Amino acid sequence: MTMPFYVAPEQMMKDRADYARKGIARGRALVACTSDEGIVLCAENPSRMLRKVSEIYDRIAFAGVGKYNEFDQLRIAGVRHADLKGYAFSREDVDARGLANQYAQILGNVFTHEMKPMEVEILVCEVGHEPAGDQLFHILYDGTLVDENGWCVLGGEAEAIGERMGGAWAEGGTVAEAVKAAVDALAGPDRTLPAEELEIAVLRRNGERRCFHRLDDDVVAGHLAE
Amino acid sequence: MPAGTLDGRLDIPHGTTCVAIRYASGVVMAGDRRATSGNFISHRSIEKVFPADRHSGVAIAGAAGPAIEMVRLFQLQLEHYEKVEGAPVSLEGKANQLSQMVRNHLPAAMSGLAVVPLFAGYDTARQSGRLFQYDVTGGRYEEHDHAATGSGSMQATTVVKLGWSPSLDADAAVGLALRALLEAADEDSATGGPDMMRRIFPVVATISADGFQRLGDDDLEGRYEAIFEQIATNRAPEGGDPS
Repeated sequence: MTMPFYVAPEQMMKDRADYARKGIARGRALVACTSDEGIVLCAENPSRMLRKVSEIYDRIAFAGVGKYNEFDQLRIAGVRHADLKGYAFSREDVDARGLANQYAQILGNVFTHEMKPMEVEILVCEVGHEPAGDQLFHILYDGTLVDENGWCVLGGEAEAIGERMGGAWAEGGTVAEAVKAAVDALAGPDRTLPAEELEIAVLRRNGERRCFHRLDDDVVAGHLAE
Repeated sequence: MPAGTLDGRLDIPHGTTCVAIRYASGVVMAGDRRATSGNFISHRSIEKVFPADRHSGVAIAGAAGPAIEMVRLFQLQLEHYEKVEGAPVSLEGKANQLSQMVRNHLPAAMSGLAVVPLFAGYDTARQSGRLFQYDVTGGRYEEHDHAATGSGSMQATTVVKLGWSPSLDADAAVGLALRALLEAADEDSATGGPDMMRRIFPVVATISADGFQRLGDDDLEGRYEAIFEQIATNRAPEGGDPS
């Protein structure tokens, strides 16, 4: 009879975390930040069709980096969860906190029980009726849930981008200023990112029911030129 | 469409007359505000015209409870599809989806809870308004110019038929819809007229490239005053007082 090799749990977790982190670091980064007019989600994404940022519910958006099929699966699960909850109860009962908890459960379970952890990092954000009510929930591959304040970076080179973002972002401000800060932080000192390589959406605080709006290339180029 | 969707067999609220009219760059939908249970007015300000999504609307006649529930589910399905797929359903697809829902409702319709919706929207691919009528079996019939549903639909249809022309603009189409509902309310006891005293007016919406836009009460009040004035002028014998 063969005995399986003993692997210390610490080692197993570390291997899985390394594996997930490597997968995530391969992809391009994403920045989200709040502004007076709403929450700006800004991803470096040359594809027109495969989205990293999308709508979950009236005031809630989703952003993911890492393996596309994995975070898209999570996105669809989130839309279904939110739509069912809003239908069964009321639209105002759907909130980002509940959704973020669900995501944390899923990612945590997959990380501990499955062979392969999910190579994703996701963000669930909800725009408040007032700027103080904006919420950003950052969820890591192992289910760690972080309640971020003001801005947040997902994906590879998060540290360097975060440093630049910390310098460029200021509380309040307009969508245009937030877009510029986020794009500058993503690009860094040696690159310029054209509008075609960016996917930018805003959760607008404008009183409409559905707050999620994508920004066209023209609008983005306009904001970057300001 | 038969006028007798209000069969009075069950003592539950029934919604009544809705019309949809196509104009040059979109469609108008309008529905009165009355719900009746037999000969009893169970609600004076019920709404029967709803946005289905940004570019379409649905109007309902028949048993109010299941009808409103059907609209809620329909709205949910369209929005869910749009979010999951990243693009809205085509107008044809929306009409078929609603057809399926009406068909699934057939057993309840057989026991007296019929729901007969009207679906209209702006087809962004064809760049024109389109309208669809249904029967209780889920039969889906595309109408070209106008459609009506509910107990007052016969009177409403006649008014629309006489006033319709392909060159109608949004303003004229709204006027025609209001007139149609007014005549339906005049002849059909289950259809509510404009309630000037309580300021309860029909729900009227235009659906065009700009999306579903509901008209405000102030606007409707002004339009009704103009219609009443015109009717009074027509009735007045020449040179004499109108009595």
